[in-house]
Amino acid sequence: MRLEPIPAPSLARRAGFPALALGLTALIAMGLAALAGAAPGEVAWLVVKGAAGSKFALLETLNRATPLIFTGLAVAVAFRAKLWNIGAEAQLYLGAVATVVLGTGLLDWPAATLLPVLAVAAMAAGALALLVPTFLKTRFGVDEVVTTLLLNFVALLFVSYLLEGPLKDPMGLGWPKSEPVIDAARLPRIAEGLRLHWGFGLALIAAVLVWILQTRTIWGFEIRAVGLNLKAARFAGMPVNAVLVRTAILSGGLAALAGFSEVAGAKGNLTTDLSPGFGYTGIIVAMLALLHPLGVVVAAIFVAGIFVGADSMSRAAGVPSFIADITLASALLAMILALGLTSLRIRR
Amino acid sequence: MTEGFGETVLRLADITVRFGPVTANEGVSLELRRGEVVALLGENGAGKTTLMNVLFGLYAADEGSVELFGQSLPPGNPRAALEAGVGMVHQHFTLAENLTVLDNIALGTRSLWSPVSGTRALRARVRALAEEYGLRVDPDATVANLTVGQRQRVEILKALVRDARILILDEPTAVLTPQESLDLFATLRRAVANGLSILFISHKLHEVEAVSDRVVVLRHGRVVAEAATAQTSRAEMARLMVGADIAAPAPRPARPGPVRVALRDVTTPARGTATGLRGVSMELRAGQVTGLVGVSGNGQTALAGLIAGLERPERGTLEIDGKTPAVWTPRTAVRAGIGRIPEDRHGEGTVGDFDLTENAMMELYSRWPFSRAGWIDRTSARAWAQKIIKRYDVRCPGPEAPIRLLSGGNMQKLILGRVMETAPDVILANQPVRGLDIGALTYVHEQLLAARDRGAAILLISEDLDEVIALSDVIHVLSEGRLSPGFERGTMTPTELGAWMTGAGFEDAA
Repeated sequence: MRLEPIPAPSLARRAGFPALALGLTALIAMGLAALAGAAPGEVAWLVVKGAAGSKFALLETLNRATPLIFTGLAVAVAFRAKLWNIGAEAQLYLGAVATVVLGTGLLDWPAATLLPVLAVAAMAAGALALLVPTFLKTRFGVDEVVTTLLLNFVALLFVSYLLEGPLKDPMGLGWPKSEPVIDAARLPRIAEGLRLHWGFGLALIAAVLVWILQTRTIWGFEIRAVGLNLKAARFAGMPVNAVLVRTAILSGGLAALAGFSEVAGAKGNLTTDLSPGFGYTGIIVAMLALLHPLGVVVAAIFVAGIFVGADSMSRAAGVPSFIADITLASALLAMILALGLTSLRIRR
Repeated sequence: MTEGFGETVLRLADITVRFGPVTANEGVSLELRRGEVVALLGENGAGKTTLMNVLFGLYAADEGSVELFGQSLPPGNPRAALEAGVGMVHQHFTLAENLTVLDNIALGTRSLWSPVSGTRALRARVRALAEEYGLRVDPDATVANLTVGQRQRVEILKALVRDARILILDEPTAVLTPQESLDLFATLRRAVANGLSILFISHKLHEVEAVSDRVVVLRHGRVVAEAATAQTSRAEMARLMVGADIAAPAPRPARPGPVRVALRDVTTPARGTATGLRGVSMELRAGQVTGLVGVSGNGQTALAGLIAGLERPERGTLEIDGKTPAVWTPRTAVRAGIGRIPEDRHGEGTVGDFDLTENAMMELYSRWPFSRAGWIDRTSARAWAQKIIKRYDVRCPGPEAPIRLLSGGNMQKLILGRVMETAPDVILANQPVRGLDIGALTYVHEQLLAARDRGAAILLISEDLDEVIALSDVIHVLSEGRLSPGFERGTMTPTELGAWMTGAGFEDAA
């Protein structure tokens, strides 16, 4: 028995295997729920209800999906060019720092001018955080997986220092948190009385723009060519290093928008727990979306739904919400397996 | 040692192999007798490699059986084939470069649990076999330091040490100098005299004529002819392979024009194991094919890279139309009117997952009409691809199909079309017909000659001496990064060129 590659898998295979992966994931999750002593069917129902069973639940899911769309896009864009950006977490935090530094009163402008400036500043900070590893990669061949990954810890310690020092809120009763941003620096709610803020709208726009960039423009063509075959791209005359730098700016900027959106939209200030691993979860989101920018939106909502649903299920059924992490991990592994199987068949 | 000669050692009966809708072999039957050399001929995609992989147990046939020495071979089990005495020398060698010859030969033959290594006995055995078969190679040399010809000898020794009774050689002479090929044939004759049987796969008809007793011709996965070599001719074999008469391009006199590209005493650094150029001076003239031969790895990659824009001179100058370009990159090379056919069509020439349209515009994408203010104009790009597909007879499902689905020949036609359609002043053709069948090969050669007659300066780099001699108006030889003087058409025999390829004739030759 051996595995053989299929040169052109059919649509049924390409859709069927990922669907099978999600089904398998659901089975694993329900099995775990059973182990925890709950009725698996009820747990599954509670997760779905908790994620999308009411207007409040659905909006909570979309709120949680917002930063994941940004980090998912950041990873998807970079991975397309085979620039292995594992540092979306660091870029997110630097984006948040830029937002807080400029948004807590330093620039006392109306929202219409302040918000765009904050977004651009955040993107610049995030881009910088990825440009350094990219430069080390193109100039000295340093593996960006290592540098971007380690920079996550550097960035978090840097934020921790800022929150204990220069950015510490004097009114914060000693807690390590920044001053809240001024009202003009808050992203408005999408509708009055809803918790959902315009960060979500911005994320959707970003996904569409990235999609257009990748499929319709010369820059996107270059990014895809560099990612698929670097040697052929170089031979054809593409400026490979410039392409990587552009990709890094875009990717780092997108991840930083997650930080901007969380500070200006959701939280209002900066703490060291601003992101419960959005940068890392963005990798799962991007992989589940097969690096497709519009798929990122769907995958981010799915992942956010599992987190939000599991939280609510945990309260109702007494099953630990860690089940959400396990579910996502198995979804990722099952998806990677499914992708492999899509283009392989078993021969005896 | 003549007893048993003529008995059947290998019998392939009615082998059918399908890959989905594609039938690679259909009812192929083949017999190999003791002490016999059988040449397996066929165009690319005719099913030769599939058949060899079935025989070696790498693929399991859908139908049919493999019988070795009267025993049927369990399908899909290379180990069984090895143990039954089948030795395979692949076109691309499977040696560990960082190990010695002896270690490479020993690899896989020893038990993991054996307390003694048995190196001494093995060295004696290798020495004896090398002596017997004329396979000169130092058992303690590191493989990385060996020439291609020496590596091939190691591969053959590997098979002999494992007591192979049947040797399969897949295009063994593709990378050898003429002299090395003659040595190989001498080795094969000794092996046959000792009772081994040989299956020899080659495109080169004169070699088939020289070494084989019998030829079997495959076309579209079926055996279309089988004949004693003595009773057939090269023309006949070529006709059987293709299924049509093939006319080689008739040599036409060249009308050399002005110098388009000039190298003046150019030196380039070595890259990894690839040799750099050492003080190379040459001129590429309009309306002339300049051929470049040499054993693989003697600086061809550096010279091709220099013309293609991937490499810059470390010392010396490169002149395009009399001027030294200030910036020299692949993009400026394309802009300077240099059409480039890369050596590795999969690795450098195309992006496998891109469709034909995207691959067709790879070099021109940043220019009008493909780019309109940074936006890709798919319509122009598709029209361009369709023009190339039509004019250069690229067989494909359509311009939207990923190029990795195409055969090597059709991929090469797309690259050729992409180059020719821009009417370049200079054409770098690096191994333009490697792995192509006779039909595609003749087509590529015709196109190159047509471009020459139109006034293009062509640099043809190939490891195939016959190809270079047939097409070139001037021939240079590269050896260890040094370039020979240019020899006019008809002034050198293959043997004389072969001597230059081994380094004889150069001023600093030892």
